[in-house]
Amino acid sequence: MHLSRTRSSSFRLAALGISAALSAGLLAGCSSDSDSSGGDGEKVTVSVGVFGVFGYKQAGLYDEYEKLNPHVTIKESSTERNEDYYPALLNRLSANSGVQDIQAIEVANINELATIQADKFVDLGKASGVEKEDYLPWKWNQATAEGGKVIGLGTDIGPMAICYRKDLFKEAGLPTDRKEVSELWAGDWSKYVDAGETYMKKAPKGTNYMDSAAGLYNGAINSYAKKNYDKNGDVIFKESASVKESWDLAMRAAEGGMTSKLLQFDTGWNQAYANGDFATVACPPWMLGHIKENAGEKSADQWDVAAAPKPGNWGGSFLSVPEAAKNKDEAVKLATWLTAPQQQAKLFQKQASFPSSQTAFDLPEVKDATHEYFGDAPIGTIFSDAAKDIPISILGPKDQLINEKIAEGIRQVENGSSPDDGWNAAVKSIDNALDS
Amino acid sequence: MTTEHQDAAPPASPGGAARPRLRARKPGPSPAPGKLSPEERKAARRSRRYQRDTRWSPYLFLSPFFLFFAAFGLFPLLYTGWASLHRVSLHDPTHMEWAGMHNFSRLWEDEFFWLALRNTFTIGVMSTVPQLLMALGLAHLLNYKLRGSMFFRIAVLTPYATSVAAATLVFAMLYGRDYGMINWALGSVGIDNIDWRNGTFSSQFAVSTIVIWRWTGYNTLIYLAAMQAIPNDLYESSALDGATRWQQFIHVTIPALRPTILFTVIVSTIGATQLFGEPLLFGGTQTGGNRHQFQTLGLYLYEQGWFNFHLGRASAIAWTMFLILVVIGLVNWLISRRLQKSQ
Repeated sequence: MHLSRTRSSSFRLAALGISAALSAGLLAGCSSDSDSSGGDGEKVTVSVGVFGVFGYKQAGLYDEYEKLNPHVTIKESSTERNEDYYPALLNRLSANSGVQDIQAIEVANINELATIQADKFVDLGKASGVEKEDYLPWKWNQATAEGGKVIGLGTDIGPMAICYRKDLFKEAGLPTDRKEVSELWAGDWSKYVDAGETYMKKAPKGTNYMDSAAGLYNGAINSYAKKNYDKNGDVIFKESASVKESWDLAMRAAEGGMTSKLLQFDTGWNQAYANGDFATVACPPWMLGHIKENAGEKSADQWDVAAAPKPGNWGGSFLSVPEAAKNKDEAVKLATWLTAPQQQAKLFQKQASFPSSQTAFDLPEVKDATHEYFGDAPIGTIFSDAAKDIPISILGPKDQLINEKIAEGIRQVENGSSPDDGWNAAVKSIDNALDS
Repeated sequence: MTTEHQDAAPPASPGGAARPRLRARKPGPSPAPGKLSPEERKAARRSRRYQRDTRWSPYLFLSPFFLFFAAFGLFPLLYTGWASLHRVSLHDPTHMEWAGMHNFSRLWEDEFFWLALRNTFTIGVMSTVPQLLMALGLAHLLNYKLRGSMFFRIAVLTPYATSVAAATLVFAMLYGRDYGMINWALGSVGIDNIDWRNGTFSSQFAVSTIVIWRWTGYNTLIYLAAMQAIPNDLYESSALDGATRWQQFIHVTIPALRPTILFTVIVSTIGATQLFGEPLLFGGTQTGGNRHQFQTLGLYLYEQGWFNFHLGRASAIAWTMFLILVVIGLVNWLISRRLQKSQ
């Protein structure tokens, strides 16, 4: 849904954002105003604030809603980057003014808002038409504040799979069929690294097994329920078993020289796709378009999608309604409608945003979805199978920051530092950032 | 100003002290006091208006700058100073908790701050010194009678007209590790790929070249303008004394340019202290490299305020940067006073 998930990534895709915004503007110019006056109640304009491209407009969902509810006009305003969007939202929330009727929230920020600003949002869990059972339990849980208040309804999610190159796998003597590849590492990320060792023994010249050790860490850590925080909300990443295991895996990859030492979403990363420099990457559904675009026609029929060793989530968003919104009731109705299974399935079909609604998984738009570029891989089932098994994890407000700093430490090791130095640097950096 | 009294006097007061003065300024047939003809009254009004106009218009014309400066310069400056004495989180910017000098004393012990300060300094030197030397040389060349001199003068200024973002993104690609043009060129003479972004020196060098590329032309034109103001007789008489071109440059041009050089040094130093866009876009993250090896003060401020959410600490960094600039300004003032005396 949003072209980019991490801070650095959205940065890199600013240009895309601009063009998307421009085209969104064009589309808005084309849409005709509905002038039927047969609606119930007064005419209202519901404002929607998003970051990046959410795709509702592009998928025609706003138009459809306006047709169903002639008294409603929807006005979307988009901020390109979440780094700009989120501080502005915080500011407006604390001032109780200037908020849009619906505000989108990135998964990286949802826990923070649920922790410190829950009273500023409408409880959408109790809104009429919202069925808790529709949503994946872990997604629902991410937006649930202490006391059970639900501050946001899930839009898309990012269940991870592994995208791999069949031609490179074949040359390196690994299986190429997606079932066999999935079984190669099923159940354990360390098996994925084992396969990397096999790959590197017969690696095609100039290629590496994976794009970056930080990408591996991100995949591994997100498959655990307990990561950087414990149940009481204390930061425990230094003692956390999952952090240590994922870190050790990343170290094995980095020191084993099986990574291309790339920074994800950087120009060099994109160029490496085009030149086929690495064989695997942990990929959520939203990355498929990115791979296709950068790897290009030259690599058509080379890429495929296998299940990840253990499912984890990367990215996704929520729609929330602030208490200070002008048209609260209409906003709740619209947010409920936009995140209902049927609409999520439509959005997946048109914009490739993967549904967070498990009810939508059984709809034909999702269930039967295949991706032509990835050898007609049944991405609908691959990703929904992964999504169903993602653990309900303990989140904390600074998860993203901690993960980013650890990734920085991993990149130091990739570029020659010792694992101890890399870890100490990450710890120092995190302590500095968290110290108030 | 003699007009002050007139403005203060009520216009209808009969026989006041103001009238004679008015008449004194406008010699002509004088009717009895209190019996002004309609034309005269009109003329008096017009002249009053005229005086008011000349008196207040300059302030009016200047006011937009000062109003905007107050709103977008002075107020943020003072507010930042106030915020730097508090614990302020971006989560709730209106909530301030008094912290005294904590933010500043914390900076003193913050190794990331010192690293950023050091980076700012080394990148500043690496970008400013070659930049000004090259600008001086280029200006000297452009000062000769050249065919198409206008073309060259405009050409040196074009980098200045490009946006930081566009220039930096192009440079980031040129300096790419695997597919950058610079490594490709080095490779053709047998030098292995350099990971420009990951080395300390190499990354700072790369960032400096972006700054040099963008600003050399600008300084060149400033030097050129100053060079053209140097009287030609100086060159002629030195030529008569047998001075070579080089000696002329050293003994005539450079001394005459001293105030200009000082000006460009100051402007470049301010620019270097505030360096932000180039390292941000070159590295792609606010940390300025995995080891913060090219994180400048501006970037560290941005990271602390907008990524770590410590607005108070970010304000303290901003004020420290401001104080550094004040010190640089003072040094400038002292040096320029010296220069004036020695002249």
